[in-house]
Amino acid sequence: MKKLRRSMLFLPGANAAMLSTAFVYRPDSVMFDLEDAVSIREKDSARLLVYQTLQLPIYREFGIEVIVRINSLKTEFGLKDLEAAIWGGVDAVRLPKTDTPDEIYELEKHMERIEKEAGRPVGSTKIVAAIESAVGVINAVSIAQSSPRMIAIAIAAFDYLVDMQTQRGDGSELFYARCAVLHAARVAGIDAFDAVYSDVNDEAGFLKEVEFIKGLGYNGKSLINPRQILPLHNAYAPTQSEVDYSKQVVAAAEDGEKKGLGVISLNGKMIDNPIINNARRIISRYEASGVRQ
Amino acid sequence: MKIIKDAIAGTLESSDLQVKVSPQDNLEIVIHSNVMHQFGEKIADVVKETLNKLQVAEGLIIIEDKGALDCAIRARVETAVLRGAEVTELNWSLLK
Repeated sequence: MKKLRRSMLFLPGANAAMLSTAFVYRPDSVMFDLEDAVSIREKDSARLLVYQTLQLPIYREFGIEVIVRINSLKTEFGLKDLEAAIWGGVDAVRLPKTDTPDEIYELEKHMERIEKEAGRPVGSTKIVAAIESAVGVINAVSIAQSSPRMIAIAIAAFDYLVDMQTQRGDGSELFYARCAVLHAARVAGIDAFDAVYSDVNDEAGFLKEVEFIKGLGYNGKSLINPRQILPLHNAYAPTQSEVDYSKQVVAAAEDGEKKGLGVISLNGKMIDNPIINNARRIISRYEASGVRQ
Repeated sequence: MKIIKDAIAGTLESSDLQVKVSPQDNLEIVIHSNVMHQFGEKIADVVKETLNKLQVAEGLIIIEDKGALDCAIRARVETAVLRGAEVTELNWSLLK
């Protein structure tokens, strides 16, 4: 079954306590941040701390995907960050401010060289591209399709809204970008992450936004505080009746496969692959966090 | 790697440590830790192993530990040494 990516928790790359303990919150993915959360004078220190933290087995033991947000390759820090991430054995790298597929091609070129030098299989490091500008949104489909390493595409709201000469409001200001990024992800067959909700004290506002992006079809959301993980996972958890029906669908599908049936039906209704795949998705969410409370 | 100037890395926050390095003719490691009694020896081992990997044979290394994990100890020692040696391009295979 495909990896669940409901929550991507950002952690400042220079903070030793947070990097070494965040597994206790059980996010689906953690994002060790070397970009905006790290001051210029601590870039070297954070890079080494992230490299060493990547050696900790605990995240893998809990099935938590580890991603590193590097600085842009246009900066003096980006390539050094990439070296630290790959030598450290990261699962995926998040490239900020991705405007064109050419930036992904350049990233891949460096990845291949570093993987060879570090003795990692070529292609084993995956990519998450963050879209943070109008041009990035317009190019989202070609960015999402630019590499077999791509596992997800994310929208980052702050820079995008500055670029659009507006600010956070009722959500309408992000509507086009959210839909464009999500469509790009679906065209490419990868996951889509929504932007962070920065007011951690406003749980009602957070949940309203989660319901909205879940309704659009987003796989999950970038988070800046561990307090947002449980409410988010709960919002993505299925209801008991959805679980019961999904189990019946999967059982009927497995039974039909055993009997070699071309057409499978349940309670007199035909069930096809999209229904079966959706049922499996629901069961995997149920197995990860139970039924919705 | 030779330490040619005073340098510092890390913080005094819980689960972190601060490492100060200075040029000196011999290698001297001084460790203060709030878990010295239980883990002092282990911290010293991690510091020595890290210095060995970086081929540091001399210098004064002062550690103020606040209960950091091994990964943080390694990272802060590496950062302080690289800063003290004025090395900006790291050969990552050294750290393996």
